[in-house]
Amino acid sequence: MFNVFYNSNIFAWIEKIISFINSIFFVLLIIGLSFALILSPPDYLQGDSVRIMYVHVPAAWIGLASFTCIAFLSISYFIFKIKNLILIIKSILPIGLMFTCIAIVTGSIWGQPTWGTFWAWDARITSMVILVLFYILLIASQKLILDEDKANKISSIIAVVGLINIPIIKYSVEWWNTLHQPASIKITGTSTIHSSMLMPLLLMFLVLILYCALIFLMKYKTEIIRIKKKNLKRL
Amino acid sequence: MLPKKVKKRASLLAIFLSISAISIFLILNALNKNILYFKSPSDIRSNQNIDFDKKIRVGGMVKKNTLKINNQEIRFIITDFKNEIRVSFQGTVPNLFAEGKGVVAEGKLQDKKFFIADRILAKHDENYMPPELKNLMRENAK
Repeated sequence: MFNVFYNSNIFAWIEKIISFINSIFFVLLIIGLSFALILSPPDYLQGDSVRIMYVHVPAAWIGLASFTCIAFLSISYFIFKIKNLILIIKSILPIGLMFTCIAIVTGSIWGQPTWGTFWAWDARITSMVILVLFYILLIASQKLILDEDKANKISSIIAVVGLINIPIIKYSVEWWNTLHQPASIKITGTSTIHSSMLMPLLLMFLVLILYCALIFLMKYKTEIIRIKKKNLKRL
Repeated sequence: MLPKKVKKRASLLAIFLSISAISIFLILNALNKNILYFKSPSDIRSNQNIDFDKKIRVGGMVKKNTLKINNQEIRFIITDFKNEIRVSFQGTVPNLFAEGKGVVAEGKLQDKKFFIADRILAKHDENYMPPELKNLMRENAK
């Protein structure tokens, strides 16, 4: 089942997937953006500034999801010592950092017209900043610690500690008084966002996920090439 | 059957994870009052020792039909539907500030019932809908 990972065929597979995503990505991006920026209705209260949501919310989701992935991969690496997982983790890291930063910056831009301030040290925003710090710590530990085994061990422990932050981010708006509003889209129960706005949101989420997949595959390919250059036969 | 080494590492990680989760939970529990971005009028009412010189934030809903704007100041009542606090403010308010909407006021308490704000932030809710739908809902309510 995992033969595909040890096979040199993996390059051909990655190339195929990249070219497939490339062929549909720009069409979907244009459709998604035109729905988000032009075709979707303005909000009854916020007017057009609600359109920042179509980038802000998917970016935040991806930032959280990436970290969750990294944490679970780190746990499996720590227990089973599969080297390939480290390559996957290294390829997800920059994506997660970028999208978490995008979520914070767009949130700040959105905060000015709606809340009346760019920044507030409330629980949600502070915990997101902590998430960025965890991403930076992980990347730094991978880059700066020269002994690879040690770097992998330390970064998996950082990821495990960071995992605790994820539910704190998710539930911060329910546990404490925050300026940030509670989640509109609920896993159970009805969402408090109208379907004419939910559809473009999910479409933009799909587009950004595809973008992540593209970046991930390119980065993963580079990591494998780096391993091969060192003349290691197997991962 | 898993090798012994794998089991050892897994249990090490499980212990590590649970200890750090518990310690973070305890820290957050201890900080609980400080994590709150704002206090509700009920919090202020029940609090015995309030520092009147310290800046605090009070949050809740702007009570309907209490917003009075004249050229010098804006007066309104913040309510959490149990207790209320009168607020006086001079300056500009965010666009989303309105009666019946969420608000966070930053400033100093004069007494437990009166608050002088020097900054007003609007707190909006999680409902998003097109304006036509809102009008429809308003008409249906009539």
